Parts: sequence; structure tokens; C-alpha cells
Amino acid sequence: MNDERAPESTPGAESAAHSPEPYESASDLLVHQAEERADPLTDPEAGEIALDVGDTADDVAIHTSRGAEAVVGRWQTPWGRFARTALALGAFFIIAGLIWETLKWFGGTPWRFENILGTGIDYFHDPPFRVLQFSDRQLPHIWDILYELVEPFQRGSDETLLQFLLGAALFTARQAFIGFTLGALIGIGIASIFVHSLRSERAFMPYVVASQTIPIVALAPVIALAVGLGPVAVVIVATYLTFFPVTISQLRGLRSPDPRAMELMRSYGASRWDIYRKLRFPASVPFLFTALKVAATWAIIGAIIGEGPGGVGEGLGKAIISFSQQYITGPEKLWATILIASLVGIVAFLAVRAAEVLVLRNRPGANP
Amino acid sequence: MTDATADRPVVHLSGLDKSFPTKGGGETAALQGIDLDVQTGEFISLIGPSGCGKSTLLRIVGDLIEPTAGSVEVNGKSARQARVDRDYGIVFQAPVLFDWRSVEANVRLPLEISGVTGAERDKRIDEMLDLVELSGFRDHYPHQLSGGMQQRVAIARALALQPALLLMDEPFGALDEMTRERLNAEVLRIWRATGKTVIFVTHSIPEAVFLSTRAVVMSPRPGRISHVVDVDLPQPRSEDSRETDRYYELVTEVREALRGRTPDADKPDTDTPGTDEPASPSQERARAEGSFG
Amino acid sequence: MTAGTAAAKRQPGWLARLGPRAGKILPPLVVFVVLVLLWEILGKAGSIPRPLSTPTSMADALVEHADVLLRSAWATLIEALGGLLIGTALGLIMAFAAARFIVARDILLPLAIGAAAIPLVALAPIFNNWFGIANPLSKMAMSAVLVFFPIFISATRGLVEVSPSALELMRSYAVSDTEVLRRVRVPNMLPFFFTALKVSTTLAFIGAIVAEYFGGTSEVIGRVVLTAMFAGNFGLGWAGILLGALAAIVAYLVVSAVERRAIPWYISLRDGDI
Repeated sequence: MNDERAPESTPGAESAAHSPEPYESASDLLVHQAEERADPLTDPEAGEIALDVGDTADDVAIHTSRGAEAVVGRWQTPWGRFARTALALGAFFIIAGLIWETLKWFGGTPWRFENILGTGIDYFHDPPFRVLQFSDRQLPHIWDILYELVEPFQRGSDETLLQFLLGAALFTARQAFIGFTLGALIGIGIASIFVHSLRSERAFMPYVVASQTIPIVALAPVIALAVGLGPVAVVIVATYLTFFPVTISQLRGLRSPDPRAMELMRSYGASRWDIYRKLRFPASVPFLFTALKVAATWAIIGAIIGEGPGGVGEGLGKAIISFSQQYITGPEKLWATILIASLVGIVAFLAVRAAEVLVLRNRPGANP
Repeated sequence: MTDATADRPVVHLSGLDKSFPTKGGGETAALQGIDLDVQTGEFISLIGPSGCGKSTLLRIVGDLIEPTAGSVEVNGKSARQARVDRDYGIVFQAPVLFDWRSVEANVRLPLEISGVTGAERDKRIDEMLDLVELSGFRDHYPHQLSGGMQQRVAIARALALQPALLLMDEPFGALDEMTRERLNAEVLRIWRATGKTVIFVTHSIPEAVFLSTRAVVMSPRPGRISHVVDVDLPQPRSEDSRETDRYYELVTEVREALRGRTPDADKPDTDTPGTDEPASPSQERARAEGSFG
Repeated sequence: MTAGTAAAKRQPGWLARLGPRAGKILPPLVVFVVLVLLWEILGKAGSIPRPLSTPTSMADALVEHADVLLRSAWATLIEALGGLLIGTALGLIMAFAAARFIVARDILLPLAIGAAAIPLVALAPIFNNWFGIANPLSKMAMSAVLVFFPIFISATRGLVEVSPSALELMRSYAVSDTEVLRRVRVPNMLPFFFTALKVSTTLAFIGAIVAEYFGGTSEVIGRVVLTAMFAGNFGLGWAGILLGALAAIVAYLVVSAVERRAIPWYISLRDGDI
């Protein structure tokens, strides 16, 4: 009774017992396979488990197979998904803000507010504990930070802090974007080489991995000195941090097509380039976007770090360094800078997410 | 294998209904008015097209789903109590083995849960692995086994607590025909050796006839029992049983019932063109090995 | 390459005939030697920017400043490991809370998603201020924050994303939620967790070193590299980078080894044994 291990007869591999349909292309085949899920509306048995008595968000989470998606909402249309992400990020700020002020309420400097916003209402509160890190010096009230944004950013200047920071943000974003694009192209290129040449992968992959195990941040000053303290150094660091996640994800994506789809292509007499263009690359796009979302953030981090040690240019990295030196006199400026930097990160993330939703709008089950 | 002196059925279903709420706000009736008694030692198959509620019915017996109306008794208790007392073992269409446990550890799972320890436990595991003829693979991991072998482990696990009742939900549905026939013979052998009561869901007519003592034919929308076929093929059955005239007659009877042409139905549920005359047994023989749907 | 032969096996080349291990180790090794030689030659010839130094001057600096370098590497290692530990512990605790309580999940997941999009390293100066620039805790805090999020997200996914059939099976055994947690969810989570842990090891070092850039004692890798580079002592700077990299690689390998012992079944599944 020794069955040979045959992938085709593994239970649970939802083998289609449907009559074969003519597919226009291999990508069609992939899309159809993704859609071969029973619809609870027409097949009660398919919906059984999800609609069980005592259903909890847990069960729903399991069935959508992505906990985050189920918890945040069930909007399934492409733009619904995007709206959900945006809302989640909005929720982030609200929740973070609430936690922030709650911490100060419990352990910060006493709250003394007279005549709040001209309403004549006073508010005094003495927190039960004293935690140094939550004091007004270390963790300013949110409204103080926001207030600082509309003040001139230094004496004798017309420019508000907000304007200044936005300028710095643009500077950093520009370098980050260039680095991001370069890193993405390099990552796709390397992955494309690796998928076609096992030998190259064997030879160079350890270096790709090692490149990330080495904290790039250690290399940042070197790069800055080597190519001069300028935007080039920043771009290089951003590129370096971007190419790795893209390489890894893209390689997985290029290798992801079902072997049956590959067989289909070969039955058409397709060349390796055809297969790459019509099957591998389209199949890899969801993976690519997963990596790009990560890469967007890291490109910005890379840009900030690239500016950092040398205080290059007029970007956010430089702003962080200057304001951290002025911390004693006013921590609000540093926090305001961090806030703006966070917004840049989030805008970048949302931009990639919007692109993802747009490009993948016709594919079922794309990433949350 | 029916024990003629059994005083009560192992499973007693009466007036069972089950509806599911649908997305649009309405309801769909998965099961309606199910009455069924399963006696000790019987091998019952539930057969029908997709959507007839056979898997739902199985899960109601196992108290994994609650009925909307009607009564369920398992082993003389409520379905819930039977589940709590672990009176049944279940085998799903996918083996559902734990990747992180070896074959032996997977079979051990229910014994751990029930607090069986020591020599008793080891003996039971050995027995089960012998029963499904996988003793040589006890230290393998699921991903190292074929689909058929994984299902055999699942069967061993389902029997580990020696339950009175065995529930099987299309366990061989994802396997190829040859493996499936081999495993059919395995299941029969195990059934004869252990004397369990089995409820077996399938959509394969030959499988239903070959395995069961009674084949319960169901029809969809809403799910109902349309016909019950007494499969009176002699025991013990073997591959040769699949080639007797009586076998083909029974397969025909089941197939006709699935088409809605039962001996006691007024008119067929579905109109199948071109088949007004019953085919001769030899003609049926040619079609007998196909599964419905 | 014609279509028909695209999947055909190539004849094993001379490389493969040396044996399976050689086939894996030799190519990267060759590349390594070539790169080092190129670096040395180009560096000596002055064809590359001076700050990029040469292997030999790096080796010299290693020998000359061995004591400082080793102490600094050790200090940074401690910072990174401390942050790794704290971040992992917090991440796991929160993951269990999020898996158990829907409310916790509703609060924490948006936080995690949002935090993943912001440049957390911008918090480094804050931590320096909170805990003191010379205090290793300020660096650990930065590392911990970077480590927390991947661990939290992966562990939560692993605990929650269990196959529905497995849950059905457990229901048929009528066991408590704690049993389900112990027997199904936690083992399911382990592969997710270890993947995140390996990523986090790198992040911990990045956090520590970035925080060091913003200020710290002089005997930590970040500051050694920074001061050496700006003083024009490039060999020393590279020696510092090398040690920092080695520390990170060693940490990564240790985690991989732990992973091998903890989830051998997953390793064999992932790497395609049998």
C-alpha cells in the first residue's frame, strides 16, 4: 500500500472538476483559479461554517484569511479596500493621540488650563503619578505641538514651522522617490535574472541577504563621505534599503505561477521571454506591491538617515538633527518634525496602496 | 451487519430543518423535514448533488452546526452531549492533519485531549496505525505522505477514542479513482473489524453502493431525502462485488433516484431528455463507473 | 532556448559534480574572493573614492584598535539584543491579547498598520532624551520599537489565521479555547513568528546604530564609525562596519539555529526535503 507521493492527488488541493474552458491567456487561467471558490449564496454548504451559530469575528477573520481585513471592515470593492486602509491610518492617529494624552493624564505634568479657547472654562488636573517621560518637557501636549506648527520656525523669520517642515519634507521626499524608483528597478532586475539563472542566484543571493543583515545605517556616513555630502548620498542609501524587499518579493512572485499555467504556455510554444512577459511578470505584480509598500517607507527612512549624520541638505533628517539639539528649549519642534515625517511616510504608503488598488482592481483576493 | 437486538438507533433525526441567512437578507433552506434512523453497525451513505445539504446534515449529527428545527439524538443523547462525550470520530474531505506533528503524534491528539496516558495510550496508537497499515510511517510528517496516506492517518485518528459512530465527509473526494477504490476496500475492512456505525457522505454512486448497507439519496433546494436504497449486496464485499449484476442494478436504482425517478415518486424532479426507456443492465454496465455531477 | 526544452534538466555541470555542498558554497565564495581582490586593487590604485578604503587598511585598523573595536561591538550587540528581547516580548504579549480580544485587535491593528508606514527612526533623538544619551536603554528603546511591529503583526496573523477545518476538528473534540490555543494556534503561529524574528534581528541592529548616530557613548559601533570617518581614519571606520555586520550576522545565524530546533517540521517543508 505504498502510494507514490503525487501532488495532483493531495486532498484539499481544490482540483477543478469543471469542464475545461478555453482561456485567452495564462493570466486568465490564474484569475479563474483564484475565483474557484464556492459562493455561499448558491451553495449553502460552502457558507456553512462562516454562518454557524455563535459566529464571532474570529470565525469571519479566519474565513477571509486576513485578520486585519475582517476586523476593519468588509468593504470588498477596490476603492472600498483603499478607503479601509486610509481609515485605518486615520484611526492610527486618533488612537495614538488618545493614548498619548491618556498617558499624560495619568503621569504627566499637572494640567492647568484657564479660559480654554475663550469659553471661560477652566480645567485643572493633578495626575496621580509622575513619570518623567510623560512630562510636558518630554511629551508635550498635542495641542502645543500643533500650535508650534503655526508659529514662525525661528526668530526673525516669516516662515511658519509648518511651511519650513513641508519644504524639508519635499526635499527628503524627492530623494526618497528617486531612491525608491531606482531600488525598485534594481530589485526587479535582480529578481528577473535570478529566476532565469539558478547559478546567479546561488552565487549572489547570499550577498543580497547579507547586504541587509549589515545595518546599512553603518554604511551611511561612508557613502556620504565617498560621494560628497549631497543628494547623491541620500539617494544611494534610499536605493540600498529599497532593493532588498523588492528583490525577495519579486523573486517569489516570478516563481509563483502554478506549474499548470507554465505548461499551458509551453504548449503554446512560448519562448522564455514570452513566458516572462505574459505569465511570470503579471503573476508577480501582487508580490511586487507588497514589497513596494514596505519599500516606500524604507526609502524615506533611508533618505532621512542619508541626510542624518552629515546633516545634508535641507531635508527632514537635517531638521531632526537641528531640533534635537534645541530640545532643551523646546521639544515641540522636534515632535512637530516627527509628525510631519510620519505624514510623509503615510502619504507615500497610501500612494503605493492607491496604485496597487488601481492596478489590481480586477483581481480577486488582492492584499488588504 | 445490523444488530437485530439493538433497542435504539445510534442516530435518530426527526423533522430536521436547517436554513441559512443569505447576503441579501433572505434565507435559504439547506435541509427540510429530514427523518432518518441509523441502527448500530449500519453503514449509511448520504449521496446527492451539490447543494443538497448532505454535508450540512453530517455536521448537524456532529453538533458542529445547529438545526433550525427538529430533533437530533445521537447515542441516546442530544447531539451536544454526544460531542462533549466524544462519541464520534470525524474525517473531513481534507485530512486536516497538524503539520507540526508526526503521524504518530497526530493519531495521539485525541488521546491527549481525553487524558489517556501511558501504556494504554501507546497501545491504542499502535493498534490504530496497524489498522490503517501505516506503522512504518509513524515518524513521518504529513507533508512527506501522499494524499491517500494522509487520509488513512485521519481515519486512524478518528478511531483513536474508539467512538461508536464514525462520520466521514467525502473523505476520498480529492483522490484519484484507483486510490479511492483501494481506500474504499480499506474502509470496509476497518468497518468489519471494528463494528462501528458509519455515516458516509459522497457524490460518487459506485462508492455509495459498494460501501453502504443503505444509501440515502438526497435532492437539493431544499435538501430532502428523496429515496433510500437498501443495498443488499452480500458481505463481505470485495472488488468482485463491483462486477455483479445486482451491483449494477443498485447503481441504476441510485442513479435513477438522483434523477428524480424513484419507484414511488409521482413525477421526476428533473426532466432529462433522451432517457425515457430504462437501459438494459449491460448498457448500464458501460456507464456504471461514472459519478454523478 | 526553444519552448520544449525550457523545463528540461540541464546536464549537471562540473560544479554540481563536486557534490551538493560544494555546489552551494563555491559560487558565493568565488564571488567573495573576486570582490575582495577587486576592492583591494582598485583601492590601492585610487580608482575609487578614498573613504571606501581597502581591505588591507581595514585589517590593519582591526589589529591596531582591536580592544576598542571589540568593546564597541559588544556594547552595540547588547543594545540590539536588549531591544530585540523587549520588542519581542511586548509583541508576543500584544499578539495574544489581540488574538483573544476583538477590542484589543481593533485598537492595535490600525496602530500597527499606521506605524508600519512612518519612519520610526525619527524617534531616536526622543529616546536619547528620555533615557539619557549615554544610557544603553535609549538605544534599546529604539530597537524595541522597530522590532515590536513585525513581531506583533506576524504573531497575530499566526494565531488568528488557522484553517477552519482544524477548528472544526477541535470542536468535534469539545475542548476549551485554551486547549485550542495550545494545540493549534500556537504551533500554527511559530513559522510566522520566526520569519518575523529573523527580520527583526536586522531591525534591532539598525535601531541601535541609528540611535547611536544621534548621540551616545564613544564606545559603540555607530559612534566609532562616525568619528573615524569624519576624522579621515577610513580603515578604522570600515573595521567598525565589519564588526557591526559580523555581530548582526551572528545574531541572525543564532536565531536561524533556534528556528531549526524549534520548528524542524517547517524547515523541512519550506526547504523542500523529500
